[in-house]
Amino acid sequence: MSQSNTSQSQITSLRRQLTQNPVSQFFLKQREASIAIIGILLILYFETQTSVFLSRYNIINLFQFTAETAIIAAGEVMLLILGEIDLSVGNVYALAPFIMYFTVQDHFPIIVGILAGLLVSAFIGFLNGVVTVVLGIPSFITTLGSLYIINGLTLTISNGFPELTPGTGQIVNIMGGGSYSEMIWAVIVVFVLQFVLSRTRWGMYTFATGGNIIGAKEVGINTSLIKIGNFVIVAFLGGLSGILASFRISSIDPLAGGSTIMFSAIAGAVIGGTALNGGVGTVIGSLIGVIVLSIIKDGFTLLGISAFTFDLILGISILVAMLLNVRLQMLRKAGN
Amino acid sequence: MAEASASALRVEHISKNYGAVTALRDVSLGVKYGEALGLIGDNGAGKSTLIKIMTGYTAPTSGAIYVNEEQKHLHSVNYARSLGIETVYQDLAMISELSVFHNMFLKRELLIPRTPFLDNHRMKREAQEFLLTLGVKLPSVDVEVSKLSGGQRQAVAIARALFMNAKILLLDEPLAAMGAREGAAILELINNLKKKNVAIIMIGHNYAQVLEVCDRINLLQRGVITYDKIVSSNSMDELNDIIIREYRIDQKQAESSAAADGANIVH
Repeated sequence: MSQSNTSQSQITSLRRQLTQNPVSQFFLKQREASIAIIGILLILYFETQTSVFLSRYNIINLFQFTAETAIIAAGEVMLLILGEIDLSVGNVYALAPFIMYFTVQDHFPIIVGILAGLLVSAFIGFLNGVVTVVLGIPSFITTLGSLYIINGLTLTISNGFPELTPGTGQIVNIMGGGSYSEMIWAVIVVFVLQFVLSRTRWGMYTFATGGNIIGAKEVGINTSLIKIGNFVIVAFLGGLSGILASFRISSIDPLAGGSTIMFSAIAGAVIGGTALNGGVGTVIGSLIGVIVLSIIKDGFTLLGISAFTFDLILGISILVAMLLNVRLQMLRKAGN
Repeated sequence: MAEASASALRVEHISKNYGAVTALRDVSLGVKYGEALGLIGDNGAGKSTLIKIMTGYTAPTSGAIYVNEEQKHLHSVNYARSLGIETVYQDLAMISELSVFHNMFLKRELLIPRTPFLDNHRMKREAQEFLLTLGVKLPSVDVEVSKLSGGQRQAVAIARALFMNAKILLLDEPLAAMGAREGAAILELINNLKKKNVAIIMIGHNYAQVLEVCDRINLLQRGVITYDKIVSSNSMDELNDIIIREYRIDQKQAESSAAADGANIVH
């Protein structure tokens, strides 16, 4: 009895030491810093093990790996803060370039095709939002349904066959064809959304709606508008990401993206410190989270780990990263 | 401008029926600016129904409501709020994940001129200054509300209501689940508010605390006000007598019904 009391008080004093130390203070305050450190350690490890990890070719590869997922993760963070989720965004990613393709087939210029793809994506987000908010269906269910509907739609209009991405010239380079263009898009998206989140009314109302929807309604925030708007944002970004990918690989695949990219995006967001039950999250964190996931994937590939064990190790890594994050959050709470 | 003796908020002959159930029967009460009215009563006495009526959440079955001596139909919470009536519930309206100053400015944010961006510096400064004028002490207005103690949270909630131009405050159990020192700080805040001419109706069932800051006490029992007096040195004894008397009546009823049940079983 007395022994457990001592160990209890030891733990408390250790916790106090940990939380009052200025270095750990920094990591506890900056939710993103801890995961960034993990990323840097991983880079060092893979560089010493493979010596090509930091080569130009691999960095470009890593950027492309990261960018498409990071763009989706940035949008997904907005929904996760609201306590909502969009499972269908990976299928919007596949549909949007086909909308672009068929618009160009109808003799419209490529830029109109891109806009049409983005518009349709945003409209899907709008429908997801309206069904969720107005009909009161949990977004997990709504977007699970739309995941299948959108996938079916893509397969139907494409007949299940891939197509060559239309367009030539500078627009191709800007829209994902250039080596760094996707990463530049991702960085722009992340910074704009992070700014929206932390420095505008929209962000403040998003936190308020996710943190306490009754309280938010009480002060007069239109919580339905906030929710629907963020569904539009994530679907729009899903479409953008899909279009960028189609220019990068010069072909449009009806089976691209899907739940793989969607789950990577959500995992990245959660690893980066966004709570699945709402109220907390940063877009910068999601970018770092996605980068860490990409580093793990890329590093394992370079190390030549068998494709069969790959998911096994990846899954464990995600769990460990999330566990660390949860522990850190508990420390943060205890520190205050 | 209303006279000093005029009521800020007054209800007259209020009754409220929910179907066959009578929640309030011919209730009349009023509070002036700079005065605190304590409304006490047991659970189920009708306190929350009365609050809901006074904040425009539900309409009374009969009776009249006067704000600044003018009869008003409080048809919505927003309308009541526009008249300066605000209820502060213990936790309900605060966003735990937002900072103190964001909570205080929620839905009335300051923007950097000609941009859509929040002017966090100005909001921080103004929130800090406002809290200081009320004598509310916090480590910083930058901390998340979730990291405040119950007493600090309550103080911020009250400050926010005033910041939103509330002139008539309904405080719902402001001291529930609070330690002695925290409770004392809130009582001090309420005293400050009285000096600033705010009208306060404080709802509670711990009447020792209510007596400490309130000028008048109304006791609500089974939908009827059974006691309405200015607080004096013997208020405590009087209230004790009433409560004990009621307790005895309750017990007698319980005993006799138990006896009747027992008799039924024997036969």
